[in-house]
Amino acid sequence: MTNAHDPKLARADHSDEISFYEKRKGVFPRGSDGAFRRLKWAIMAFCLIVYWGTPWLRWNRGPYAPDQAVLIDLAHRRFYMFDIEIWPHEFYFVAGLLIMAGIGLFLVTSAVGRAWCGYACPQTVWTDLFQHVDRLIDGDRNAQIRLQNAPWTASKVARRVFKWGVYLTISFLTGGAWIFYFADAPTLQREFWTGTAAPVAYATTGVLTFTTFWLGGFMREQVCVYMCPWPRIQTAMLDEKSLTVTYKHWRGEPRGSVKAAQKRVEQGLDPLGDCIDCKQCIAVCPTGIDIREGPQIGCITCALCIDACDKAMADVGRPRGLIDYFTLDDEAKVERGEEPAPVLKTIFRPRTLIYLGVWSAIGVGMLFLLGQRTRLDLSVAKDRNPEYVMLSKGAVRNGFTIKLRNMEDRPRAVVVSISGLPGGAIYTDEMDSDLARQSLAVEIPADTTKRIRVYAVVPKGAKPAEFLFDLKASDKEGGHDVAKTTFTTAEGNGQ
Amino acid sequence: MANDKRIDEATGVETVGHEWDGIEELNNPLPRWWLWTFYACIAFAIGYCVVYPAIPGLHSATAGTFGWSSRGALASEMKAADDSHAAIRAEIAATPVEQLAGNEKLLRASIEGGRAAFKVNCVQCHGAGAAGAKGYPNLNDDDWLWGGDVATIHQTLLHGVRQPGDDATRMSQMPAFGRDGILTAAQIQDVVSHVRVISGQEKASGSSQRGAAIFAQNCAVCHGANGEGSRAVGAPKLNDAIWLYGGDRATITETVTNARYGVMPAWGSRLDPVTVKMLAAYVHSLGGGEAAPAPAAAAAAAPAATAK
Repeated sequence: MTNAHDPKLARADHSDEISFYEKRKGVFPRGSDGAFRRLKWAIMAFCLIVYWGTPWLRWNRGPYAPDQAVLIDLAHRRFYMFDIEIWPHEFYFVAGLLIMAGIGLFLVTSAVGRAWCGYACPQTVWTDLFQHVDRLIDGDRNAQIRLQNAPWTASKVARRVFKWGVYLTISFLTGGAWIFYFADAPTLQREFWTGTAAPVAYATTGVLTFTTFWLGGFMREQVCVYMCPWPRIQTAMLDEKSLTVTYKHWRGEPRGSVKAAQKRVEQGLDPLGDCIDCKQCIAVCPTGIDIREGPQIGCITCALCIDACDKAMADVGRPRGLIDYFTLDDEAKVERGEEPAPVLKTIFRPRTLIYLGVWSAIGVGMLFLLGQRTRLDLSVAKDRNPEYVMLSKGAVRNGFTIKLRNMEDRPRAVVVSISGLPGGAIYTDEMDSDLARQSLAVEIPADTTKRIRVYAVVPKGAKPAEFLFDLKASDKEGGHDVAKTTFTTAEGNGQ
Repeated sequence: MANDKRIDEATGVETVGHEWDGIEELNNPLPRWWLWTFYACIAFAIGYCVVYPAIPGLHSATAGTFGWSSRGALASEMKAADDSHAAIRAEIAATPVEQLAGNEKLLRASIEGGRAAFKVNCVQCHGAGAAGAKGYPNLNDDDWLWGGDVATIHQTLLHGVRQPGDDATRMSQMPAFGRDGILTAAQIQDVVSHVRVISGQEKASGSSQRGAAIFAQNCAVCHGANGEGSRAVGAPKLNDAIWLYGGDRATITETVTNARYGVMPAWGSRLDPVTVKMLAAYVHSLGGGEAAPAPAAAAAAAPAATAK
């Protein structure tokens, strides 16, 4: 065998040609300023304040319910959100909120493209935060690159350890804040530090600290490019009328420095485009792409390159907007020499309006249901075995399990009565049967479902019948509910 | 032929050295990690066969060094379940049955435990809903042969009905009036008429008036002058709507002629004391349970006007 046929050598020859793994190229975005950067600051501040602050808001619900404004009380199967309290059987409200969130993403995508990715996505917010930490500790873009390429000296190790320590602190605060949505925040905080909180609180904090540290500190744009399904879905959702961050190549090309442009003019050749190839758009990009290559999966439309380009254009005295929010439709129009459509017309197009309509309809429907829902509820389950019991004096007794649900944050006095059962009377298993009557007064504790056993008795000669259990609140606020059931005798069940 | 290995030019991978009509196969062996996972699985399987029952023999499989068996696993789970009940069972054991009602937690546990034990031991005769059957009393109603307060029910459960060798067993002895020749067939018909009149199933007649006299002489000593029964001797109420065997003429005639002797095991010798207590609490909770008789009544019977 010759060397050329040696499999190891042969493989070595080919291994560099095709690789399915692309090593990450470091991204060191330059700090920038501008209208969109300030908007991003504002949105980031808003998101972080909401995330960290919400569990600490208090909301007075009286003595029988927690006073945390937003609380997902898994142990007691309650979900509190300001004045709204949701029970497990009302979970469709939560499902509706999730559907609204989904359609809301469609709506935003239809109107302003990948705005969610660029501004409000937690991955974007925390990556942005960590990149600011990088700039604060390691210096701006060039200093970061220099440090990255520097050998591992003691000072580099020290800086890295310090930076990762800051990462870890932010991650811990992020992961730790999550648990406060699930328990009374001040109490849990005390328990957390004294080591008496539930193990799941520590485990959740640990897991979320790690994911924040890893995804925000190190994975960053790779999450958007490789891990997240949303950019892929958006690829399908974007159309030629969607706003994307666009490099206006018809205006920018051919690119060249200001000097080169002057030279061309002096030589009497065609003038160059507006792009001066300063590469500021690449320098500020948090995902490290070159927007001038056109729309791409790595572009989260954060618009920082618009800020950078506008600044460069201002410096050389050319009009702003060489890179700007633009649609493919407008691009085609401009190339044909027509005027682009007005922005409002682009945003409020039929597709967007349909999404808006569906989204609002669900929202209004849920608000309506929320207003309509009863806070007092009755359900009756009839005993099936035995269906009826013949009593000594010839009366017939049927047993029922009655559930009284009081969804208010205070105990309520109610009256349970029957109607439509001739001669019938009811009593509970805690009463003497001699005290059987038409109606029973019951106290339902705050925020609970009370179960009582009720017997209905009809004297001798009872006939099968359909009848009603009726629940009425005794307090002035009122409220009532009705449940239909049957009375069974040896002759059948009245149906 | 197998020596014709060569490097495939397009891929740079060695062939396995076979060729069929010009078709060759590239040699892409299993990745190392796959191979090692495979070896690890084999090693795991050998270890598994050693520590767990694995190799079948004629009568049983190898035991395995861990000594695990599915029966053993069940036993330990059952023991764990029993242990988890141990504390409350001890409390129930220390509490007299008539005082269970005073402790909400114990009462609840007793009723639930009783419900489970009832399904195993009692449903064969009394039915899944305790509604009874012909000859087997309905436990939901308000008619009791021996008494419906929880202590009496407990007593009946402990000693059973007509259990030989148990001095405290419930024993009622109705003569077989027809079979033993105490009454003639015609007299029996008259008594049956009377019984059907006092239970409201028939209108008074000549036959029932004759029967009334016979009843007073032969039956009233146990069943009472008006057929109100006697719990002391386990004589059923005859003037009500509930019949253990049936209230029609043919069935009552059969009952008077041959008498009935129902039986129930003495559960005190079959089940542990706590389970019997639980059964008593459960049966008492079915809707027909009565308050304890007079002396203890003040403490136990406090039927609130409002349900709590």
